[in-house]
Amino acid sequence: MKPLAMSTGAGQIVRQTRAGWAFLFPALSLIGVFFFVPVLIGLGLSFTDFDIYAIGDPTTARLVGLANYKAVVTNPLFWQVLGNTLYFVFVGGPLSVLVSLGAALLVHAKRNRFPGFFRTVYFTPVVTTLVAVAIVWRYLDHPKYGLVNFMLTSLHLPAVDWLGDPHFAMPAIMILSVWKNFGYNMLIFLAGLANIPEEQYEAAQLDGASWLQRFRHVTMPGLTATFMFVAVITMLGNFQIFSEPYVMTQGGPLRSTTTVVLWMYEEGFRWWRMGFAAAIAFVLFLIMGLGTFIQMRVAPTEDS
Amino acid sequence: MSARRPAIALHLALAAGAALTLVPLLWMVSASLMPPGEATLFPPRFLPRVVTFEHYIALFTRLNVSRALFNSALVSVGATLGSVLINGMAGYAFAKLRFAGRDKVFRALLSALVIPAQVGMLPLFLLLKSMGLVNTLVGVMIPGLANVFGIFLVRQYALSIPDDLLDAARLDGAGEWKIFRTIVAPVLSPILVTLAAFTFLSMWNDFLWPLIVLSDDRKYTLPVALAGLVGEHVQDTELMMAGAVVTVLPALLVFLALQRAYVRGILAGGVKG
Repeated sequence: MKPLAMSTGAGQIVRQTRAGWAFLFPALSLIGVFFFVPVLIGLGLSFTDFDIYAIGDPTTARLVGLANYKAVVTNPLFWQVLGNTLYFVFVGGPLSVLVSLGAALLVHAKRNRFPGFFRTVYFTPVVTTLVAVAIVWRYLDHPKYGLVNFMLTSLHLPAVDWLGDPHFAMPAIMILSVWKNFGYNMLIFLAGLANIPEEQYEAAQLDGASWLQRFRHVTMPGLTATFMFVAVITMLGNFQIFSEPYVMTQGGPLRSTTTVVLWMYEEGFRWWRMGFAAAIAFVLFLIMGLGTFIQMRVAPTEDS
Repeated sequence: MSARRPAIALHLALAAGAALTLVPLLWMVSASLMPPGEATLFPPRFLPRVVTFEHYIALFTRLNVSRALFNSALVSVGATLGSVLINGMAGYAFAKLRFAGRDKVFRALLSALVIPAQVGMLPLFLLLKSMGLVNTLVGVMIPGLANVFGIFLVRQYALSIPDDLLDAARLDGAGEWKIFRTIVAPVLSPILVTLAAFTFLSMWNDFLWPLIVLSDDRKYTLPVALAGLVGEHVQDTELMMAGAVVTVLPALLVFLALQRAYVRGILAGGVKG
């Protein structure tokens, strides 16, 4: 492309090749050694009975074929923790996306005189430390002294034993999660909204379209790609939920908030059943892949 | 006057959302300043009757939180410096240096984004154990040093550097490393600040990995120390809130200082192009 001899000469090719690999070397070796290699070892591990004895002496681990995978899917606890995780993914996730969209529409509204201020405020929980705010919410959710129940009873609604009742523990975690994360997707929606040409709204307004019609026929189609992206990253993130139940409920009561990753953590790092835990990790990976595939398929087709 | 009504309704809704967002954080700060027992009164108190700093003093003297604060700072700053250099170099090379195999390697790296971190976590632990890095702060830092998202972020930005600029420097006889240091790095500085903000906050807030790697409580980072503290002091609401403030505050300050850069990173990941 460039007529300059510099950028195409043989000397340049050698020089840029050498420099290129040298510049990539630190990143590639770190990612290779500390990510790709462990993923492959993990796959291998999942076909062995690697346990606490094997940590002392790895030669005691034996190949067991698919026994770990069989043990995972025949364990009733697996179906319970998968159910809990799916509940969080498919109820908590859409809830979070809706709140994000609502917040984005409010912040984006033309009449909003302080968009920067509200954007920052809504985003604040995203950068807080999850462990710390999960502890805060533990106290907010306290059945007797917590602010959440205080507000409910002030509105003449019944108080709830949020973290002590198996029916309410997961919803309490969803509320924490929506509060903590909605600002992130809000920002992405705001960027999507900013990309919708103003003329489309003006044209719709000239045609006498109401606010709702403009939302349905201009805003929503304009956000299709954004929606798709937000839905997938939210789903993938939510499948990996761990710290919230670890800090708030330790997976209880009655295992109602034990998620797949929390179970993997317990099996792997509390009981040191590494082979079994590795199989849990790969089962989760497969389920996440399947989830992404389905979302891509059901999504309305769009260019790019 | 009726034209003003939608604007008022809008601002009321915005303010209600802001209140719901901020109340947990404001209550955290307020409760941390209450004398013991005041945060568990009914009906709840929103403001301390008398402000006391006794819980902060207890954290930094009796409970040795300063150690965890130092560990967190060390891990976060160390990983940030490493990440900016390592991902910065790689992102630039993927965008601007021409060599065979470059695009194939880049695509292979991008495919790593679909693999959740948990899949490699157990073996990574065993690997670090065999290298003697378990229960060290270096072990905590390692996953933060190089990452695909960071490389992607820098690459997208570096694509806009004009080739003429680099070729002119080459004609002047500058080496590739010198070109990177003196010409590329200043041009990339906005995205490198973004990368720094991302790395710092994700290291500061990370929990699962340091929980796995660290076993000695003198090596704990703040989130791990805090999770340990809540086990022993779950009744001491005000003390725990002070611990939460100490953990959250540095993250918030870094965010407020680097807000523009941080938001740029989210949009670069979220918007096609």
